[in-house]
Amino acid sequence: MIRSVMVMNTQGKPRLAKFYDFQGFVLVSLLNVDCDTVLCSRAENVSNFLDAASIFGPDSSLVYKHYATLYFVLVFDSSENELAMLDLIQVFVETLDKCFKNVCELDIVFNYSKIHTILDEMIFGGQVLETSSTELVKAVEEISRLESASNSITLVPKSVSGWRNR
Amino acid sequence: MASTTSSIMDTLFQRSLEDLIKGLRLQLIGESAFISKALDEIRREIKSTDPHTKSNALQKLSYLSSLHHFDMSWAAFHVVEVMSSSRFSHKKIGYHAASLSFSDSTPVLLLITNQLRKDLTNPNNEFEVSLALECLSRIATTDLCRDLTPEIFTLLSSTKIFVRKKAIALVLRVFEKYPDAVKVCFKRLVENLDSSDPHIVSAVVGVFCELTSNDPKSYLPLAPEFYRILVDSKNNWVLIKMLKIFAKLVLLEPRLAKRVVEPVCEHMRRTGAKSLMFECVRTVVSSLSEYEQAVKLAVVKIRELLLDDDPNLKYLGLNALSIVAPKHLWAVLENKEVVIKWLSDEDPNIKRESLRLVMAMVSENNVVEICRVLVNYALKSDPEFCNEILGSILSTCSRNLYEMVNDFDWYVSLLGEMSRILPCQQGDEIENQLIDISMRVRDVRPELVRVGHDLLIDPALLSNHFLYRILSAAAWVSGEYVEFSRNPFELIEALLQPRTNLLPPSIRAIYIQSTFKVLIFCLHSYLLQRESTASSYPDTSALSELASKREMPESSDLATFKAPHSEQDEVFNPRVSNQSSEELSVGNGGDRTISHGQTSTPVTSENSFTYEAVVNQLNLIELALGPLTGSHDVEILERVRNLLCFIELIKGEILESLVQKEENLNSAEMKSSKIIKLMSDAFSEELGPVSVSAQERVPIPEGLVLKENLNDLEMICGDIQLPSSISFSLVSTHYEEGVGASLPDLQSKEELEPPSEATSLLAEHRKRHGLYYLTSEKNDIVANDYPPANDPKLHDNQNNDTEDLVKLTEQLLVSKKRPNQAKPRPVVVKLDGDVVPVSAKRPGPKDDSLSGAVQEVLLGSDTRTSTSRSNPSDKSSSKRKGKEKLITDPSSELNENLGDAEKLDHENPSSRRSKHRTHGKERRHKSPGKIREEREENGLKDKKKSSHRHARHKTRQRADVPLNVVSETPVIPDFLL
Repeated sequence: MIRSVMVMNTQGKPRLAKFYDFQGFVLVSLLNVDCDTVLCSRAENVSNFLDAASIFGPDSSLVYKHYATLYFVLVFDSSENELAMLDLIQVFVETLDKCFKNVCELDIVFNYSKIHTILDEMIFGGQVLETSSTELVKAVEEISRLESASNSITLVPKSVSGWRNR
Repeated sequence: MASTTSSIMDTLFQRSLEDLIKGLRLQLIGESAFISKALDEIRREIKSTDPHTKSNALQKLSYLSSLHHFDMSWAAFHVVEVMSSSRFSHKKIGYHAASLSFSDSTPVLLLITNQLRKDLTNPNNEFEVSLALECLSRIATTDLCRDLTPEIFTLLSSTKIFVRKKAIALVLRVFEKYPDAVKVCFKRLVENLDSSDPHIVSAVVGVFCELTSNDPKSYLPLAPEFYRILVDSKNNWVLIKMLKIFAKLVLLEPRLAKRVVEPVCEHMRRTGAKSLMFECVRTVVSSLSEYEQAVKLAVVKIRELLLDDDPNLKYLGLNALSIVAPKHLWAVLENKEVVIKWLSDEDPNIKRESLRLVMAMVSENNVVEICRVLVNYALKSDPEFCNEILGSILSTCSRNLYEMVNDFDWYVSLLGEMSRILPCQQGDEIENQLIDISMRVRDVRPELVRVGHDLLIDPALLSNHFLYRILSAAAWVSGEYVEFSRNPFELIEALLQPRTNLLPPSIRAIYIQSTFKVLIFCLHSYLLQRESTASSYPDTSALSELASKREMPESSDLATFKAPHSEQDEVFNPRVSNQSSEELSVGNGGDRTISHGQTSTPVTSENSFTYEAVVNQLNLIELALGPLTGSHDVEILERVRNLLCFIELIKGEILESLVQKEENLNSAEMKSSKIIKLMSDAFSEELGPVSVSAQERVPIPEGLVLKENLNDLEMICGDIQLPSSISFSLVSTHYEEGVGASLPDLQSKEELEPPSEATSLLAEHRKRHGLYYLTSEKNDIVANDYPPANDPKLHDNQNNDTEDLVKLTEQLLVSKKRPNQAKPRPVVVKLDGDVVPVSAKRPGPKDDSLSGAVQEVLLGSDTRTSTSRSNPSDKSSSKRKGKEKLITDPSSELNENLGDAEKLDHENPSSRRSKHRTHGKERRHKSPGKIREEREENGLKDKKKSSHRHARHKTRQRADVPLNVVSETPVIPDFLL
C-alpha cells in the first residue's frame, strides 16, 4: 500500500503531506525534514528512487518526481510496483494540470482543499482506486459543484469566495 | 456591547483560508508569530455558533495542522460538530479534519458512530457516502468497524461504482481491525472479483494483494480466481497486483508455480509497459527461479533494462539482478561488464546497486583482482561512496572468517593501503580485522608487523583522526609480534614520535605499552647476543631452526597453490609445519624466544643490538616519556611509570656491564638480565582468539559468591612473589556472572609464563584461588580495546565443528612448550561465538485471527467459487469422482500434505482467537491434540473426510451443500494442474 504522499518545493517547504498510516505529529515533521534534506541534495538526471528504509522503516521505498519547483514524493511498501508509482505521480500531476489549467506551485499553495479532494479520489486509504485523469477530473468537478451549491444557499461572506471560485 | 460588536465583526471579516495563506506568505511579522496569532483567532472562531464561521476556522486549523504540524486534537469535539452539519461543504471540512486528527485514542470517536452510519446509508448523495468511507479508511477502530460492518456489507454490492470501489478498499481496514467481519463480508468481496467493471476488479485485487502479502497461505484456495484474472485481464495495474499475489502464493504451492510460469512469461514477452514487464521479471527471479527458461527470459529482459538510458530502469534492472544473484550467479556474470561500468555512474543508487552485485561476484579466485579494481574506483569516487566501497570490501573479505582470502599477506597489505586512502572512515572495522587476523593467522604476522610499521612510521597519518583506531591496532600488533620486526629501534622511535601527542589518551596508552614490549625485546636480544658472542656463537641448532623456519612460508605457499580448493589444507599445512618446527625447538631444549628472536629478525639487524643503540633507546624513552609522568590520564600515567621504573631498574647495570667489558658475563647476568628475561617471557606469551560465549560455558562452581567483597585478595596475593609484569586489575565491568568461574580457564591460556622458580608455587596457588585471577595487564589492553575475536572457526575455515578446533588449539598450545604445565590444559577456546538465535517468525496474533477468519470463510466460499466456475458439478460425491477422473496423478499424499498444512494453520489462529471470541466454536478449537488425531486419520481417507465434515462444517453458518473441507482444498491446485 501507499504510505504517504508528499509534495514539497525545492526549498524544502511542504506543500502537501498525507500519511496513510497514522503517525504522530512530531514524527510527521521529522519525516518531512529528513525527506527535504535528502531530496534536495540529489542531482538532476539520476534515478527517482531513494532508500527510504532509514526514514520510514523497513519495507518502504520512495519515489519522487521533480516538476518545475516541486517535488512529488510517494512512499510505499513492497506490494506496489516502483514504475507504476512513478506513473501514478504522473497521473496526479496531469490531473492537477487539468483542474487548474497549467498548474503551478501557487495553485497548490492556495487550493489546499481541492488538492486533497483530488488525492482522495485517486488514493483511498493507501490503495490506488483511480488512475485515469479524466475520471478524476470528472469526480472532482462534481464534488466542487456540490460544495458550491451547498454554500450558495445561504449568504456567503466575502471571504469564502476564494476557494469557491475553483 | 463591545463584545457583540466584535463577534459580528469576526463573522463578517473572518479570515478565510486563502487570507491565512496569503498572510503566511507575506510574513510581515514572522511566521511563528503570525501562526500563533492565527491560532488564537481560530480558537475563538471555532467556538462560534455560526456553522460557517466554525467550519471555516476548522479548515484553517486543518491546514495548519497538515502543513505546519500543529496539534489539533484539542478541537476534536468541534470536528464532530462540523461533521454533523447538513451542508456538504461543511461536512467535507469536518470529515477531512477528522481523518487528519483522529486516532484510536480520541475520546469523541464514540460520538460519531451514528453520524457515520447515517452518512454511509445516505441514498441520495454518493459523495457524502464517499466522505464517510474515506474518513473511516483512516480512523476506523475496532468498535467502529464492528458497529458499521452491516452498512459496509451493503455498500459492497452498491450499484454505484463510485461508492462500491471505496467500500471494497475500506474492507482492508475493517478486516485488520475487526477480523470477525470476514464472516460477513468476505464472500461478497470475492464475488466482486467477477465484476465486469475494471474499477471494481482493480480495487478488489488491490485488497487481496494486501491481504495476501500478510498471510499468503489463507488465500491459496482463491488461486483459480486469481489465475483467471491473470490470464484474462488487460489492465496493467490489475496484472501487477496479480503478479504480486502469485509471487507469494507459488512459494507455498509448487504445482501452482508450474501452472503460472507460462502466463507470466507470456506477459513478459508481450507487454509494452515497463512496469508490468519489470514486475514479471521480479516475480520470476524471486519466486519462479527454478524454471530455467523463465529465468533466461527474465535475464534477457533485465539486460534490456540495464542498457536502457533511463536511470530508473537501470536501477531496477540492477535490483532484479541482485535478487537473482544468489541462485543464478551466471546471470550476473553474463552482465559483468555492464555492472562494472555502472560502478562509475553518476547516480548513487545505481552505483550502490552495482557495487552490491560486484561483491556478489567475488569468489576466492577473483577476490584479488576485484578488490584491486574496487580500490581504484574508491580512489576516484566521492568520499561517501568511497567508504561504501571500502566497507563492502571489508565485510565481504571478512565474511565467514575470511573464507575468501587465500593470501593473507595480500589482504593485510590491502588493509594497510585502504587505511591510507584519504576519506577512509572504516577505522573501527580495519582495526578489528587487523587484530583479529593477527591472532588467528599465524603466518601473516611478519607481513602484519611490516604493514603496522609502515603505518606507525608515517607522521602524516597522525593528523587524521579517522585513522587513530587503525594506528592503535598497528601499535598493538607491532608490540605484540615485535620479534618479526625488521628494525625494532625504528619502531620505538615511531612509537615515541612527538606527533603522538595528537592521539587520544587511550590509544596513546597502547603506544606506550607497545614501546614497553619492543624495548623488552631489544634488551633481551641484546643480552642473548652478548651471551652468544661470549660463547663464540656455535649455536647450530638455532641455525637449523632458522633454516626450517625460513622454508616454512614457501612450503605453506606451495600447499596453498597445490590445493586451492580444499581450504582445510591451506590452513592446516602451515600450521602443521609450524608446530613441527616448534616441537623441534622444544626438543632441542631451545627457548622459544631465542628461536624467534634469531630466526625472524633479519640477519642484518642482529648486529644492530649494540650497546650504544640500546643505551640510546633507553635515553630516548626517558626523554620522550618523562613529561608524561604528569599526565592526567591514569592509563597513560600508569604505563609511563611502569616503563620508566623499569628503565631505572636496569639502566644502572646495563651501563655497568659495559665497564666490565663482558669479562664477567655470568656475574653480569644478574638482576637486570633476569628481569629482562622474565619480562620477555611474559610478553612473548601468545594471545589467542576467544569466543564471545566462552565464559558462559564454564559452570559456576558451587559456593561462589561473586558479590562478596574481594578485600582478602590482597592478602592472598601477598603470599607470593609475583613477577613484576603481572599486575592484577579487578576489571569487572567486562565480566558479569560466571566470570570468575571461567577465568581460570581463560587464564591458563593467556597467563604469563611464570618464572621457573615460582612456577610450581604459582600453579598451586592458581589451583587454589583461581577465581581471583582475573586478567593480566597484557590482556587488559586487549580486553578493553578489542572485542574478543568474533568468530570461532579460526583454524578450519570451512567446518563448523568446534570439536576439531578445540583439539587443534589444544595441540597448538601444548606444542608450545609447556613441558611443566602443572595441570592438564582445560578446554579453553570453545569458540563458537556467533550463534545467531534463529527464531522462526510467526505472524502476529492479529494476523492470525484474521487469517483464521479468512480460512474459515474460504472453506465455505470455496464451494461458491467452484460452483460459479461451472465445474463438472456441484454435488460433492459426483464432483469427487469427476476430479479423480480428471487428474490421476495428484497423489493422495500431496493432498494430505495440503490438508495438513491447512489444519495446522487452522489450529493456531483459532486457538488464539478463541480467547476474544464469544461464539462457541469448541469443536474447531479443540487442542493441538487434534492435529495429531487428524494426522492419524489421514491414512484412511474416508474417515478423514467424514471427520472433517463433522468437525468443521457444522460451525459454518452457511447451510449449503455439504462439501467437505479436505476434498475441497485440493480442488484449486488440481484445477490448475
